[in-house]
Amino acid sequence: MYRYDEFDHTLVSERVHQFRDQVERRLAGELTEDQFKPLRLMNGLYLQLHAYMLRVAVPYGTLSSTQMRKLAFVARRYDKGYGHFTTRQNIQFNWPKLEETPDILAELAEVEMHAIQTSGNCIRNTTSDQFAGAAADEIEDPRVYCEIIRQWSTLHPEFTFLPRKFKIAVTGADHDRAAVRVHDIGLQMCRNEAGEVGFEVIVGGGLGRTPVIGQTIREFLPKQHLLSYLEAILRVYNQLGRRDNLYKARIKILVRSEGIESFSRMVEEEWSHIKDSALQLPLDEIARIENYFAAPRYEHLDDNVREFEVKRFEDREFASWVRTNVTAHKQPGYAVATISLKPVGKPPGDASAWQMDAVADLAESYSFSEIRVTHEQNLVLAHVKKADLYALWLGLRDLELATPNAGLLSDMIACPGLDYCNLANARSIPVAQRISERFSDLERQHDIGALKIKISGCINACGHHHVGHIGLLGVDKKGEEFYQITLGGSADENTAIGKIVGPAFSYDDVVGAVEDIVDTYLEYRTDGEEFNDTYRRVGLAPFKEKLYAAH
Amino acid sequence: MPLIKEGVLAEDNWQSLADEDNLVDGPIVVSLERWQEERESLLARNTPLGLRLRSDQSPALVVDDLERFSVVALEFPKFADGRAYSYARLLRDRYGFKGEVRAVGHVFRDQFLLMQRCGFDAFEVADPAAVEAWEQAVSEISVTYQPGADARRPALALRRSRPAVA
Amino acid sequence: MTVQILTANRLGDGAVVYRSQAGEWTARLGESRVLATAEDAARILAEAETPAAALEVVGPYLMPVDNAAGEIRPVEMREFIRAKGPSNRTDLGYQAENNSPSLVG
Repeated sequence: MYRYDEFDHTLVSERVHQFRDQVERRLAGELTEDQFKPLRLMNGLYLQLHAYMLRVAVPYGTLSSTQMRKLAFVARRYDKGYGHFTTRQNIQFNWPKLEETPDILAELAEVEMHAIQTSGNCIRNTTSDQFAGAAADEIEDPRVYCEIIRQWSTLHPEFTFLPRKFKIAVTGADHDRAAVRVHDIGLQMCRNEAGEVGFEVIVGGGLGRTPVIGQTIREFLPKQHLLSYLEAILRVYNQLGRRDNLYKARIKILVRSEGIESFSRMVEEEWSHIKDSALQLPLDEIARIENYFAAPRYEHLDDNVREFEVKRFEDREFASWVRTNVTAHKQPGYAVATISLKPVGKPPGDASAWQMDAVADLAESYSFSEIRVTHEQNLVLAHVKKADLYALWLGLRDLELATPNAGLLSDMIACPGLDYCNLANARSIPVAQRISERFSDLERQHDIGALKIKISGCINACGHHHVGHIGLLGVDKKGEEFYQITLGGSADENTAIGKIVGPAFSYDDVVGAVEDIVDTYLEYRTDGEEFNDTYRRVGLAPFKEKLYAAH
Repeated sequence: MPLIKEGVLAEDNWQSLADEDNLVDGPIVVSLERWQEERESLLARNTPLGLRLRSDQSPALVVDDLERFSVVALEFPKFADGRAYSYARLLRDRYGFKGEVRAVGHVFRDQFLLMQRCGFDAFEVADPAAVEAWEQAVSEISVTYQPGADARRPALALRRSRPAVA
Repeated sequence: MTVQILTANRLGDGAVVYRSQAGEWTARLGESRVLATAEDAARILAEAETPAAALEVVGPYLMPVDNAAGEIRPVEMREFIRAKGPSNRTDLGYQAENNSPSLVG
């Protein structure tokens, strides 16, 4: 993975000093809260319902064991013993003190971490495929370009006060695990007719109040022009994006109102001026970053691993975990293991300090000391020898991290909701917990198969409800929590925005409604169909019928 | 209002006129609307002229006239309105404007570094304490990752010019 | 009857606080000064919006409460959760210290 050189170290440590000074000025009364707020937000520090919340960047979701241990240390020393992994592959601490945040950041800087641009109207953490570098269907490791974008976007002087936040995702695989079509900019690595590798550039996607699927602005962008093209898009957006209405300020609204052709012309015109400037990426710079992401030293193994097959045959629980939480690796004899942060009845994405430490140990023993955070709020060990899977699983089981539910119904995304968040209208976490308890029978979940439920506590859609097969949106109805249900959404290469099924359900009724939807799906599905296949075939009607017939 | 130039408190010889103000002797800064309406008479005065642009007015609107202005003042109606950062880049990088690019409006020390990197070289501040803070504000982050309109060399260039490690 | 109290978050640690009868910021909802008239409420809020107050708290605002039963209780779900802590983690927040009202519903 990427390692800081002296420039990166200097920048991050100077940023800590700068923030320490800003905090001191606020505490001394030299800065008003109005002045301080944008400054603290640019360093990931929010004020939520019960306390401050510090969001720490995990660039493109890749962590070392050392970094994970530091996060555990921060959770113990400065927080209440846990952290929350987010849909931007970051981690949030829910109880830090303002005075102590500079110290936390100094601790993080020691292990090459920071909280820069994890909030604010700037370019946020660039996200990627959690299986990058391991996936068999990958053209190239997208994290190389995520790191190049991370550096370019860090403290970018021109794009620190954009109309609204700006999210970029990069994937190198055909199967899109990074949701590139619902990002402000999505980059899909591809080959042109000459066989060269570059990017399909997708712009103007996003969730929030107005969900929009991104459109292709450029079919093929050569690698060396990546930064100049991004800069051209951002420069057009910075000047023309709406600033009069918070809900119309994202680039998706600009692209929509201009139309993709017109928007594309403006970008191309801007790009023509800066294409061959100092923003052009030298090939040796790309190669330098690529070196950091070179494949780990795999052993040359046979892909058929007898002891693994024997264990799978002998131990049904292990076999069940392998079925859902283990994915094929491009290297023979290796596999990718997903560590579920969704044990039955627990808040999605939370991990305790001792779990973090133990995962760091397991990564050291079994996966080249590297850990991934997924946008679905799980962790991944990307390079595990098949022969080690059983030992890994035993270790995870002791930590309550071996729930065999990756990709199943209880592998939900949920935002923090009204239990923590200042913006929320309704709770998300307890709804996820209750759904997971209702379906606690994992055999039943395996029978239901792949299903994505995503829950947001307000219209800002941090829980990605629009792109859940089943999406739940918390709304406030005269002081009561209600949940609007959407069906048929998807965040992968077949991106779709879910459709509202009908009137919202109360907090008490929403779990039953989800069960009715699942039952209806099971009733109508034919062999081999997943939820959205059935939904697209039969439409909303049978679900509506089941949900509202009794009323 | 205190004006910072080259890092120190500078005398401000310019008078910024509202559209209803009468013209005065000496160097003046006028709005885009006034420039468009009174162009000929303003030029006939034969005194240095400055142009003030609101954050919804791109310098692209006056590209052909830029050489007539000694100062372009870009307004920050609020801290969070970042359009003028791009305008400054355009003035410097695209249109080669050599005169003064002045930040006016909501201008705080925490923006100095960003503004300077985008090509601003004069800063009107409401808070006199900001003058003292200048040096620290523009030097507290010494590494830059991207080319700007200033003289700082980005990390990429520095890395490439560094002797190869044997 | 629905009346108001003044609440904010403490600057140093972000904790939920209420303006007390003694004119201080307290973590105990029950000690809040009940503001029965709009004039009282506006005056107490204005006092909390001065630069001096900004050294103690962030974002002061008035919230409706119900004190009909002689006990001050929030009206809104959000304020119940602020008064107690996360509803899914009863070991966290004020509820862990057992000094907050029970969450109805």
